[in-house]
Amino acid sequence: MAMIPVAEVSSRANKTDSWRTQKPVIDYSSCIRCMICWKFCPDDAINYSADEVFLSPNERIARLEAPVIDYDYCKGCGICSNECPEKSIEMIMEGGE
Amino acid sequence: MIKTVQKYNAIMTGNEAVAIGAKLARVRFISAYPITPQTTIVEKLAEMVANRELDSRYVEVESEHSAMAAVMASELTGARSYTATSSHGLLYMHEMLHWVAGQRLPVVMSVVNRAIGPPWNIWSDQTDTMNQKDTGWLQVYCESNQEALDTILMGYKIAENRDVLLPLMTMEDAFVLSHTSEPVNVPEQKAVDDFLPELDLSFRIDVENPMGYGSYSTPDGPFMELKKDMSDSMDKARKAIKKVTAEFAASMERDYSGLLEEFMMEDAEYAIIASGTLASSGKYVVQRMREKGHKVGLIRIRFFRPFPSEEIRNATKGLKALGVMDRSMSFGTGGNTYLEVSSSLYGQGYTPIYGFTAGLGGRDVKIEDFEEMFRVMENKEPGRYWINVRGAD
Amino acid sequence: MSVELTEMPFSIPKQELMEPGNTACHGCGATLSMRYVLKAMGKNTVVSVPASCWAVIPGAMPNRTLDVPMVYTPFAATGASISGLREALDLQGKEDYNVVGFAGDGGTSDIGLQSLSGAMERGHNVFYIMYDNEGYMNTGVQRSGSTPYGAVTTTTPLGKDRNYKKQPKKVVADLMIAQKVPYVATATVAYPEDLVRKIGNAKRINGPKFIQILSPCPTGWYYSPEKTVEVSRLAVQSHMFPLYEYINGTFKLSKPPQPIEVRKYLAAQSRFSHLNDAEIEEIQSYVDKRWAELQKMERGSGQPTPG
Repeated sequence: MAMIPVAEVSSRANKTDSWRTQKPVIDYSSCIRCMICWKFCPDDAINYSADEVFLSPNERIARLEAPVIDYDYCKGCGICSNECPEKSIEMIMEGGE
Repeated sequence: MIKTVQKYNAIMTGNEAVAIGAKLARVRFISAYPITPQTTIVEKLAEMVANRELDSRYVEVESEHSAMAAVMASELTGARSYTATSSHGLLYMHEMLHWVAGQRLPVVMSVVNRAIGPPWNIWSDQTDTMNQKDTGWLQVYCESNQEALDTILMGYKIAENRDVLLPLMTMEDAFVLSHTSEPVNVPEQKAVDDFLPELDLSFRIDVENPMGYGSYSTPDGPFMELKKDMSDSMDKARKAIKKVTAEFAASMERDYSGLLEEFMMEDAEYAIIASGTLASSGKYVVQRMREKGHKVGLIRIRFFRPFPSEEIRNATKGLKALGVMDRSMSFGTGGNTYLEVSSSLYGQGYTPIYGFTAGLGGRDVKIEDFEEMFRVMENKEPGRYWINVRGAD
Repeated sequence: MSVELTEMPFSIPKQELMEPGNTACHGCGATLSMRYVLKAMGKNTVVSVPASCWAVIPGAMPNRTLDVPMVYTPFAATGASISGLREALDLQGKEDYNVVGFAGDGGTSDIGLQSLSGAMERGHNVFYIMYDNEGYMNTGVQRSGSTPYGAVTTTTPLGKDRNYKKQPKKVVADLMIAQKVPYVATATVAYPEDLVRKIGNAKRINGPKFIQILSPCPTGWYYSPEKTVEVSRLAVQSHMFPLYEYINGTFKLSKPPQPIEVRKYLAAQSRFSHLNDAEIEEIQSYVDKRWAELQKMERGSGQPTPG
């Protein structure tokens, strides 16, 4: 059988964490679960979770899923932080404390 | 020599024969752009689709580049696809030819060989297809309308062979075949269906198995391995060609005997290599000269890719001289067939080789021109010669 | 500042058909465009991509980043490629597949225009998405027909004679309306809900669909990557990139509630930083004139089919 030029392996194999110079960190206490950060992530590096550890103390939004950053793929572009209406995502220099 | 049981049941032009070949091959997708002298092929196919004689999609694109791009896309879905072109149209497709071959798609295309301008010239010349010899397509030069039809059928079977999976172009000379009627045997659809099964492309587009088709490769990626595999497949095609021509001979009673045809070569001392309809004229001259006692012969190249190097080595053993005719010129070196033959015979003992450039832009190659070539081989030093041209030495 | 949670937080489909691990630049607008387009299209989709940023964003072989088949296609051939895919899939009974050409602005406004126009004229049931980053970004920020007036690129460097691009942007969506393509729309990444809705409207049309998505490019527009969505928003608010939808002859223009001066949009990107007041005024008057023309066009047309 001839060798066919097809690409079959998911790009998940290609972690892009080392691209990052700044790391977005979500403050879950002020996060309102609006998912705007998820919506605007160009690298599909923000997931959502209903896990208890992310539950909001705010009753109005307690049942909503929370955004969770996937640091294996986040390149640190900062769009999430820039677009967050509550300023709940801080960009922290990588390699620092 | 080709052994044929003559059972003609129709009279038609080369272009009609080619169109009927595509129909018999049950092509599912056709995309083409008009160019003389190809146009009557796709006109005929468009008519067959319009009359529901052929269950196929016909897409009238806005350029030859688009024709081959559409054919590439359709073939990727697993639909047997076809197009036809000529001359400048083929050059305009050039980029896409690499893509179709590189993507390993067994497309078949008919090319009517026509000159490249300037000056504009619609007559027969092989410059167009010689320019495509490095694209990874199998190339077959046909000599008759019958062969043009049959080569479409054999072509799909060779191209779709799992060890080959490379596209194939069939060639016929402008007007001499394309627009000239000859008796032809049109096979029964049933016989063709038995010979040529439906296309089953294992890597066809499927949303359940999403893949990137083509992608890109770094120098350390599979790029070089993919190219080597194309080269290996071209070599494997030699076996497939012999197998398929033998199968075709068994079912259709027409034997094209592999990659080339030898004519009166048994005890020949001088021989000419030619392709297309010039080989027919050459055969006539060889026969006449044989009658006068000259030990001459002719080798007709059918497949230019893969190139029949081994077959040529075997066929030319013991010759006093070999002439190679070209209907194209690689400026700054020599005729394309001449170069390939010279390379094939290198290190195989000394056969003097003469390169003859003839018939460019449809210029006639007459009986006396062939006789002249044999005279040159007997009397002059090996080298490159222009035939029937004004201003030659 | 706080927002009222008046709607469900997921304002666009949750389904992801673009996987992480792509090799796009930080803050890439073209990557966002693909992500949204696939969300709106769904799984039964085949994408054809010519030479462009998106030919490298999935990464090198053997990687793929889309969960739908993606056909790599030569630069000039997107329109022809989707024509072939559509017709061949239809004859195999796969009419439910969405066939999507996804090409950059160079591949659409310049080298691919003939193929695009041919495909649209023939009326295949296809989507052609032009992700417009206003230049040949993959090859290193050269001028395209879609580069706006005033921008410096690597082939329109400022030099000693203020050699920025002197010609206005060729708006391919406008050309498609002139060609009477049944569905034509513009969109941008700052408004994904609008884009998803537009693709939903387009899906109802059995015929050719053309959508031009302004996809800001931090690398080529010379702004910081976190500003991609912000710049995209400014483009709409300043009327530099009007959002509209044209459905079978009816034209609807989206009017930003608080329009801003183009100066604010230009100031956000260093590709325009050389412009003086007179040049900015020239751009402002060009933008105002085009906005007036679009409004006139809307007044002259009926309401589009509700979506």
